[in-house]
Amino acid sequence: MHRRRTSHTEPTARTSSRTSRRTPSSPEPHRPDAPAIEAIGLRKSFGPVRVLTGVDLQVERGEVFSLLGPNGAGKTTTVRILATLTAPDGGLARVAGRDVVAERAAVRRVISLTGQFAAVDEKQTAEENLRMMARLSGLSRPAARRRAAELLERFDLTAAARRRAQTYSGGMRRRLDLAAGLVGEPEVIFLDEPTTGLDPRSRAGLWEVVRELSAAGSTVFLTTQYLEEADRLADRIALVDGGRLIAQGSADELKARVSGHRLDLVAAGPEAYLRIVSRVGPEAGRPWRPWRRPEGAAQAGPVPAHEPWQPRQLRHSPDSLTLALPTDGGADEVRALLDRADPERCDVVRFSVERATLDDVFLALTGREAAPHQETAHV
Amino acid sequence: MSDALGSDALGPIGRTVTMTGRRIRISARDIDAVITSLLLPLMLMAVFIYLFGGAIDTGTAYVTYVVPGVLVLCAAFGGSTTAIGVTEDMKGGIIDRFRSLGVGGTSILAGHVVASTLRNLLSTALVLGAALLIGFRPDASPAGWLAAAGLLTAFVVTISWLSTAVGLLARTPEAASGFSFFMVFLPYPSSAFVPIDTMPGWLHGFAEHQPVTPMIESLRGLLLAEPVGNEPWVALAWCAGILTVSVAASAALFRVRSR
Ligand SMILES: Nc1ncnc2c1ncn2[C@@H]1O[C@H](COP(=O)(O)OP(=O)(O)OP(=O)(O)O)[C@@H](O)[C@H]1O
Ligand SMILES: [Mg+2]
Repeated sequence: MHRRRTSHTEPTARTSSRTSRRTPSSPEPHRPDAPAIEAIGLRKSFGPVRVLTGVDLQVERGEVFSLLGPNGAGKTTTVRILATLTAPDGGLARVAGRDVVAERAAVRRVISLTGQFAAVDEKQTAEENLRMMARLSGLSRPAARRRAAELLERFDLTAAARRRAQTYSGGMRRRLDLAAGLVGEPEVIFLDEPTTGLDPRSRAGLWEVVRELSAAGSTVFLTTQYLEEADRLADRIALVDGGRLIAQGSADELKARVSGHRLDLVAAGPEAYLRIVSRVGPEAGRPWRPWRRPEGAAQAGPVPAHEPWQPRQLRHSPDSLTLALPTDGGADEVRALLDRADPERCDVVRFSVERATLDDVFLALTGREAAPHQETAHV
Repeated sequence: MSDALGSDALGPIGRTVTMTGRRIRISARDIDAVITSLLLPLMLMAVFIYLFGGAIDTGTAYVTYVVPGVLVLCAAFGGSTTAIGVTEDMKGGIIDRFRSLGVGGTSILAGHVVASTLRNLLSTALVLGAALLIGFRPDASPAGWLAAAGLLTAFVVTISWLSTAVGLLARTPEAASGFSFFMVFLPYPSSAFVPIDTMPGWLHGFAEHQPVTPMIESLRGLLLAEPVGNEPWVALAWCAGILTVSVAASAALFRVRSR
């Protein structure tokens, strides 16, 4: 697993970027000790639709924080509240120590937002878009020109700088969009589903940018629908569903709760199915609850004979004779699970190891299918 | 970046100027719209002068009678296309980005209006140039020209703000462009193309008192150096009224739409 927490280990990069940062013109003292983002009990409804029902979160400076959730979970709404674009109905939110409602202008000076929908002018060139944004974020004309050139270079758009954005591919447009969000060297960067719709290469490029931003000391708050993305990028992840956070923690912590993989088993027949279910856990059939290995059991190795932990099934469908067990996907653990589920080697006819999906995480944490599938139909 | 000034370096005026520049670039690149906004008034002028003109008795050369009406139609049509740009802006993510940079609705919408005004004064001047080429002979004093230009500017600004409000109300650019249709037809039941007393009696009330008529009558009077009475004041009063309502409506609608 390839993760970096560069922000905490590269003080030099951090300092150099601080010095180049704009000084807020507000006379109030800068509040360097406040967390980058804190929210307490955020609530928001649109008419009868209760979109957020009490969101609490805290993001430290320099952290990459990911809000992970299905369509309609309230990710965009949360981001828009934190970016001062919409007022919460209740609760409190501060960004860089400033209240997002009462000190909106001060918050706006330190943030940038790259929304879910492209925010560049199709009929302007990349250069014009960036220079315009640079001017609006307070740079003088020559400084805006330089900043635009810098960003074009960094986002690999120099060759296309004088072409209208309408001629760009999806990936180029997204890069331009992101570049436009960075003109003012923001301290806190909001990215709403930055990689949705990108091919794997563009996605990897964007991840690289996020890591660089974090390494340079910026706080990045990003939303995503992809578990893998949060996993690769984020120092901490919050799962949001139905307008509240259902889990929060580092990727490792969450994975300890939901496992990185699942082992899908196909039983030989209905009786074999029942036997497997009875073996893999006393709570088989009940909604799967987070489980943990006890301290010391984390090292890879065969499952102890009297294992103090019980895998419970993640998902079971008697009709198709399949059930799924959470696993880290390691060969040892898969072998041990297979042995446990089917010691006589006659009940399981087939198995496969799959990467845990967002659905699995949701199923695990809420006991029901993640909501997105009803929603996506009418998006 | 030592020469980076604070984020307040660009005041409200600077922001509006930047937003205006943006809209000018964008609309100048919408070649279809540029051509339509010039071609439509020119073609209507040609149609009325060469096809219908012979059959319409206005007591003067028809070209002299009709050109002020064509200028107003040109301004009305061009101003009304502002709605499309506003609707397109509201649909995308760019408004959120502007707002997160501290650029409020006032600067964004004023940018639309100022750009629209400049664009339409230019196209109206071009149409006027064409009219001069085909025989329009105005007789105005410099003061008359100035007054006419002032009135036309007030008219364009008013239509642009009205159009901005319509653009904020419309959910799709297609719906917003319906407003242009309305604005193109509004000058017909007025004194733009035919004298009102040739219309059926039931139309007189509307044709005489609708907002476009005093504007056309004032322009005609000023350009031909004829007495205008209080028509310019009536025209300005209409502009002031529509402007006030449109600006207030735009502000409220922007707040609702960008919530
Ligand atoms: N302005 C609005 N008016 C009415 N309902 C809204 C508005 N904005 C959002 N909603 C509703 O709030 C809910 C959450 O929306 P939100 O956009 O925050 O979800 P999301 O997690 O960003 O979803 P997605 O992954 O599809 O972007 C949805 O049911 C949506 O229909
Ligand atoms: Mg969203």
